Amino acid sequence: MFAYIVKRLASAIVTIFLVATLTFFLMHLIPGGPFLAEKAPSPQTLKALQEKYGLDKPVGIQYLNYMKRLISGDLGTSLKKRGQEVNDIIRTKFPVSARIGLLAVIVAVSIGIPMGSIAALNRGKWFDRFLMFISTLGIAIPGFVVSTVLLFFFGVRLRILPTVGLTTPLHYILPVTALSFYPTAYISRLMRSSMLDVLGQDYMRTARAKGLSQFMALFKHALRNAILPVVTYLGPLLAYILTGSFVVEKIFTIPGLGSEFVSSITDRDYPMIMGTTIFLAFLLITMNVIVDIAYKIIDPRIKLK
Amino acid sequence: MDIKKNPFNFQLDVSDFLPADESEKQSLVVMRESVDFWKDGFRRFKKNKLAMASLIVIIIIMIFAFVGPYFYPYSYEQQIRESENLGIMQYSEEELARIEAGEKVFPHILGTDSLGRDLMVRIMVGSRISLLVGIVASVIILVIGSIYGAIAGYFGGKVDMIMMRIVDIIYTVPDILIIILLSVTLKYPLKDLADNVKAFSWINTVGIGLISIFIVFSLLYWVGMARIVRSQVLTLKEQEYVVAAKALGASHSRIIRKHLLTNSIGTLIVTTTLQIPSSIFTESFLSFLGLGVSAPMPSLGSLASQAIGGIKSYPHRLMAPAVVISLIILSFNLLGDGLRDAFDPRLKD
Repeated sequence: MFAYIVKRLASAIVTIFLVATLTFFLMHLIPGGPFLAEKAPSPQTLKALQEKYGLDKPVGIQYLNYMKRLISGDLGTSLKKRGQEVNDIIRTKFPVSARIGLLAVIVAVSIGIPMGSIAALNRGKWFDRFLMFISTLGIAIPGFVVSTVLLFFFGVRLRILPTVGLTTPLHYILPVTALSFYPTAYISRLMRSSMLDVLGQDYMRTARAKGLSQFMALFKHALRNAILPVVTYLGPLLAYILTGSFVVEKIFTIPGLGSEFVSSITDRDYPMIMGTTIFLAFLLITMNVIVDIAYKIIDPRIKLK
Repeated sequence: MDIKKNPFNFQLDVSDFLPADESEKQSLVVMRESVDFWKDGFRRFKKNKLAMASLIVIIIIMIFAFVGPYFYPYSYEQQIRESENLGIMQYSEEELARIEAGEKVFPHILGTDSLGRDLMVRIMVGSRISLLVGIVASVIILVIGSIYGAIAGYFGGKVDMIMMRIVDIIYTVPDILIIILLSVTLKYPLKDLADNVKAFSWINTVGIGLISIFIVFSLLYWVGMARIVRSQVLTLKEQEYVVAAKALGASHSRIIRKHLLTNSIGTLIVTTTLQIPSSIFTESFLSFLGLGVSAPMPSLGSLASQAIGGIKSYPHRLMAPAVVISLIILSFNLLGDGLRDAFDPRLKD
């Protein structure tokens, strides 16, 4: 177990290093610099600015300098928001995205698992069919469509929910619903099929035969086994939430890290691109490692290599 | 006959060995014609009403997207003067005057956008982009992934280990971050290439944004295909017919092409079909963020994104592309499921 964790962490570090390197050279391939977009500065100021931020040096040297600072945990200062440290920007923006993302995960899991189980228990009945229909739609409708339709009906037509920013708890309803739509549908389907699988197993009959009540058999045996595929889905789910947050933050004008990442690319804000990419990659990869380890704890049959 | 009454008697019943008569011979003739892999699959596929319906929907959308614009009197980039922001089936004043004068004017079925461009034809062209991205990217992924996976699985050992390590690394890289970066980055070198090198000027005709999306998707998404093909090949290469082919002196490439890939064709078809909606999904997502195909080329994602500003007054501008994109993804998903049940029942989860 310990050796496995060490091995996974080592490969995670290699991957993050690769992502950082790739991102660095890719973003320097994009023409235009961070200072060109706004009103064009005079050649002298441009030169001074580039010297100040070390952009006048060859890309290779810049890369080495960046990597040196990265190892000590310094992500540099933003070129667009002068004087702001990238570290600080991430520290203030990330909690906003994380709250929405976490709420969406909780909603998706706590609706998807019971829904899928109920559907499996009522296989072929109207609830099952209804849920399958809804979840098939849920998987096919892109996140930006869900978000904009929600925005239109609840924010513009009915005017019952706020659509801009995140100031009150009410503000969370629409973005979290939009973000959790797809994963809820996906988890219900996953849960239904794995539950059907488990219900047909011999140990379920044994559990009933030895006198366990239907309820206990479901909770003690069926649920614990059927939930495994959902646990493996948590890794991809996190990646989905991240992707979705780019869209949701744009539509509901939420000042989170996702919108920061997208705008940093269009702004050519090099340290911001690097900082957000490395941070998000780090987050995704560590979460995947954690999910793998959690999988092992839940299911002792799995042998980690 | 009385010998039979004794159950322990070993004497054979002679009547069992008489020549068969005509009616008995008839019953032994195989009535059904032989069913090969494709016929069997299609027979199962045709029974699946949902999958058949989605196939029909896909064909209709394809006609709408690829043939529609040629018969539609407006073009996707044409800005019709004085007819900005028209509603559904509305005419501009100038067009009304022309109708008064007895001229026939084709209606703007879904109205026009803020620049006076007909929305209907923009949605047609947008669907074309989505379908092209979905299908072309998936075919490229199929080619790269199946060749790579087959080579890794067939040769095994060190080759397999090194090749799959590379796949593992690409697999753990957070794809969406790299896709966003790459799709922005690639546009510029591609533009240089298209403008300066004669042999690549076709890139401009197809669209730089489109080509860069093809490249980005194929660079990152082939790993999933490679893994699936590899695991298929690992089991297939132990089959007797591979040993037989080897014994007959077939080359490695012949075995991979003629035996291993041919025998995993069901998996290949199904995985490719299911790759199409996910590519369309990602493309529309990129375009929605303004990072996909570049203006004035419309994409369903960018059409929806542009509609958000005017959502209060013109909700149909959002709904129309939203419905089309959802319909495309839904039908490809259902088609893929149907094909899986018909051609590759083992894949079913």
